[in-house]
Amino acid sequence: MTRQIKSKPLLAVQDLHTHFHTFAGTVKAVNGVSFEVGAGEVMGLVGESGGGKSVVGFSILGLIDSPGKIEGGQILLDGQDLVSAGENRLRQVRGREISMVFQDPMTSLNPLHTVGRQMDEVLCLHSDLDAAARKQACIDMLESVGISRAEERLKAYPHQFSGGMRQRVVIAIAMLARPRLIIADEPTTALDVTIQSQILKLMRQQIADKGASMILITHDLAVVSEMADHITVLYCGNVVERGKTRELIETPTHPYTRGLIDSIPDTAERHDRLKQIPGSVPDIRNLPKGCNFKDRCPRAQALCAEREPTLTAQHGSLWAACHFPLKPGELA
Amino acid sequence: MTGFFQSEFFHNYKRSSSAIIGSALMAFFAFAVLAGPFLVAQDPYDIAALNLMDSYKPPMWLEGGDPRFPLGTDGQGRDVWASILYGARISVFIGLVAMIASCTLGTLLGLIAGFYGGIADAIIMRIADIQLSFPSILIALFLMSAVGTGIDKVLIALTAVGWVVYARTVRGSTLSEIEKEYVQAAKVAGLSNRKIIRKHVLPNVLTPLIVIATIQVGTFVLIEASLSFLGVGVPITQPSLGLLIKNGFDVLFSGLWWTSVFPGVAIMTLVFGINLFGDFLRDELNPRLK
Repeated sequence: MTRQIKSKPLLAVQDLHTHFHTFAGTVKAVNGVSFEVGAGEVMGLVGESGGGKSVVGFSILGLIDSPGKIEGGQILLDGQDLVSAGENRLRQVRGREISMVFQDPMTSLNPLHTVGRQMDEVLCLHSDLDAAARKQACIDMLESVGISRAEERLKAYPHQFSGGMRQRVVIAIAMLARPRLIIADEPTTALDVTIQSQILKLMRQQIADKGASMILITHDLAVVSEMADHITVLYCGNVVERGKTRELIETPTHPYTRGLIDSIPDTAERHDRLKQIPGSVPDIRNLPKGCNFKDRCPRAQALCAEREPTLTAQHGSLWAACHFPLKPGELA
Repeated sequence: MTGFFQSEFFHNYKRSSSAIIGSALMAFFAFAVLAGPFLVAQDPYDIAALNLMDSYKPPMWLEGGDPRFPLGTDGQGRDVWASILYGARISVFIGLVAMIASCTLGTLLGLIAGFYGGIADAIIMRIADIQLSFPSILIALFLMSAVGTGIDKVLIALTAVGWVVYARTVRGSTLSEIEKEYVQAAKVAGLSNRKIIRKHVLPNVLTPLIVIATIQVGTFVLIEASLSFLGVGVPITQPSLGLLIKNGFDVLFSGLWWTSVFPGVAIMTLVFGINLFGDFLRDELNPRLK
């Protein structure tokens, strides 16, 4: 499953800072995040609600609206910076080179336009095919995401599709212009479990067929462990751990990652209570000194309150930002 | 068209007596406005066709009435029925054109305020708030005394009064639409803001406007009538229903009631019909009332 990372990554995010300047104070939603996505790779971006995952996605596309602002860092697509790029350049990138799949298929299609028209819109913008060729491309794409009688379905409106079908359409639209990177923001969260696995399979197959890369944003470690080659775990806008999927899931070194994995309900063993990470995400407007996780961490010591840990190499491919990382086999 | 006759809208329409009465009244006025000049022999504004000998004839069913003038005549010997048909043309024309103008202006400003937010939003909405704190007739009156009288001036005044409701409604719906993921998806697909507004936001905020626009035609007919009654509306050469009432009002207490009462009844029926139908539309198009 793990593929060789090419020397030059498709997308490199370096020390990204995205802040929201609100009346109640500055929210540092993304506070120094770095990661790389190689060509053909799937990178999982994991964290709790409010961890800054979606903001990373929108930052890459330059879609941070006021009062938000990218305050620092670089987002390099093929070595070209997107943060300093103008709106015209960004519009070319959006849809053609990077596209996005959203969480809720119920609202991510316009209820007033037919599916065909919404697909055509993307091709009009990003290809120079004539009308007949565009229609054929739409039909082919719908068929490839498993929608039968595609030609007829082009004339249907979104409300005539079920949730799973709509998410297939959304994926089809995202793949239409053959982008090199797809950002999937919680693509299966709004779907029921049986549809979830179908959609995940479909997405994996689509990106493999077309040689695209993907950033999979999710809070669901089970989803990400099935899909991703690499995982980056975010907490309070910071990367707390990253590495290859298998090592990170099997032998995590950061207590937060450990906690996330432990809180996946285990059906083999019956517990009276589900495991959880105690406490909640601290107020991101005034983060405490030192490690952001220390108040919820079972391993916290005096040092954690004083100095913020930085990413350091752990065993295997793992990097973690922790003063007292877990050794393989050690439990939190 | 068969689809329309089987629709829920038509089904409810058939069962709503207010909708049927309202649309019948509207249809009557539409017919009167379009065919009016062909229904009466006399052109009330052709001085040569008037005869002072016919002045102040009572309605035909009263003593001294003349079958040529079913609703009587005014001081110049003008047929009241013919005046009403011609006057309704002007009233309805003003109501419709001012509605279209204020709807266009208000929708545009509402979209800009809702979509772009920030300083544009602040300016547009503060103007709207200030305007809403004055009665609309007062603003129209003020504008009319500033720019002078005439049909074009009335249209300007009504548009300046009427855009606010559209702007506020459209801004509100725009704010909720742009939060939806299909607008985000359109941005992600690389569409320009203008295209997103035109193709994705605008069609989704139009429905509530249908109701406002319908009711507003009635409101505008009334405001125009008030302005004309107060003497700052349409010119005497193009009298609307409001001006007819004013002209007749001068002699109302001399017992010559028909010159102002019949135009008044005409306005009342027109606005009543529009409001009945507007109420039906509001019930039909508001998903919360279903």
